[in-house]
Amino acid sequence: MIGIVGYGSYLPRYRIKVDLIAKQWGADPEAIKRGLLLYEKTVPGQDEDTITISVEAARYALQRARIDPQKIGAVYIGSESHPYAVKPSATVLIDALGIGPHVHAASYEFACKAGTEAMYSAYSLVKAGEMEYALGIGADTSQGAPGDALEYSASAGGSAFIMGKENVIAEILFTNSYTSDTPDFWRREHEFYPRHAGRFTGEPAYFKHILNAGKTLLEKSGLSPKDFQFAVFHMPNGKFPLEVGKKLGFTKEQMEAGWISPWMGNTYSGSSPTGLSAILDVAKPGDNIFMVSFGSGAGSDGFIFKVTNEIDNVRDLAPKLRDMLDNDKIYLDYGQYAKFRQKIILNE
Amino acid sequence: MITPRYHREIPQRHRLEAGKCKQCGHISFPPRLVCPKCKSKSFETVNLSREGKILTFTIIRVGPDKFSKETPYVVAIIELSEGRSANAGVRLTAQIADCDVDKVEIGDKVKLVFRKIQDEGKSGLHCYGYKAVII
Repeated sequence: MIGIVGYGSYLPRYRIKVDLIAKQWGADPEAIKRGLLLYEKTVPGQDEDTITISVEAARYALQRARIDPQKIGAVYIGSESHPYAVKPSATVLIDALGIGPHVHAASYEFACKAGTEAMYSAYSLVKAGEMEYALGIGADTSQGAPGDALEYSASAGGSAFIMGKENVIAEILFTNSYTSDTPDFWRREHEFYPRHAGRFTGEPAYFKHILNAGKTLLEKSGLSPKDFQFAVFHMPNGKFPLEVGKKLGFTKEQMEAGWISPWMGNTYSGSSPTGLSAILDVAKPGDNIFMVSFGSGAGSDGFIFKVTNEIDNVRDLAPKLRDMLDNDKIYLDYGQYAKFRQKIILNE
Repeated sequence: MITPRYHREIPQRHRLEAGKCKQCGHISFPPRLVCPKCKSKSFETVNLSREGKILTFTIIRVGPDKFSKETPYVVAIIELSEGRSANAGVRLTAQIADCDVDKVEIGDKVKLVFRKIQDEGKSGLHCYGYKAVII
């Protein structure tokens, strides 16, 4: 049996309400909230970035996995906000957590699906018998240009998953990926903010890739949507994941546990992985979980998990996602948010 | 250029590695070559616990250049749980992150978290280490 042996998530405490962003740019807050189903989002502290978020999420994953960090043979971090253009984020993480130095480490990038890429690679290495454990992380301090639609959703957070063969809490039964050259969203070298093709990011990008990856995944497994207790999809806003899930045949009840974007925003590479983390916090042994990510450019990774009895032994060993999402929040006004996100030009 | 010093201090700043005297059990953080209690030169490496309490603190309202955009912020002396269990007095200085500076109190329980401490300018190294958050 191969799958997740430990999982953990981290969300910053800071938040900004969508109303304040809308007001700043003269937009109607109610129309934004109604249209995108977004209410507030996480904001990283001035001292937080993809590396610090990854370290805290992975620390919680290790607490749940109860393994010697030295046994981890690979660490992959997927993000589109790695603090360094050249120097893998995992090099800092392994030293912070006592992993390695005999470890394979790399930074992944594939817009919002870099996290599931990292999970897939970690899973594949364990499945191939190359190592006992491998760690895959999706984390971001997402960028969105001031005044752009992305500013309502671009948020911060991440999740870490340790793959292994013993004491598995969620077995990976099937995977499927779907990738194409679709220019819906990109960021050129040295540019601070990403660009996107507006409505083109919907049907030809998000929906096409998730639906194709998801339908083939169901065919591969021989299962139908009613065989699943939970489903989670990439969450660029609150609306898209519910729509794409419905198109695949899932109900809102199946998606409710992992549907966190209305209060978290879009944590880009950490989006669907963090939804999965919220599901594992409440899933019962024997439950099936359907998950499909989406990354612009574009591609989707699909996974089918089966939760095992082991989940009940590890669930309470680290903070749960909904607790982090709902409690100890510090709300920022737009000026503080602009300062925290370095949107203000300063002298050296 | 602080890169060489930052690199040397990674075991302490990233993993809280301390030196525990093999003779008397006193824990030194950062590690020392000679035990300040029994003068032994024999140590084992231990990782400190990440929880403790605030012994005392100050509020920085006019910070040095690199921290001037973070003011006001709290810097505290924290006693880690090893200090109470082994009477070894493991204390360290750290910034208290994510807090209302006017609500911090002596005795508050804290845990140490991994945060960015400073940058070497716009193109230099990001320097990471521990800060504390109130729990």
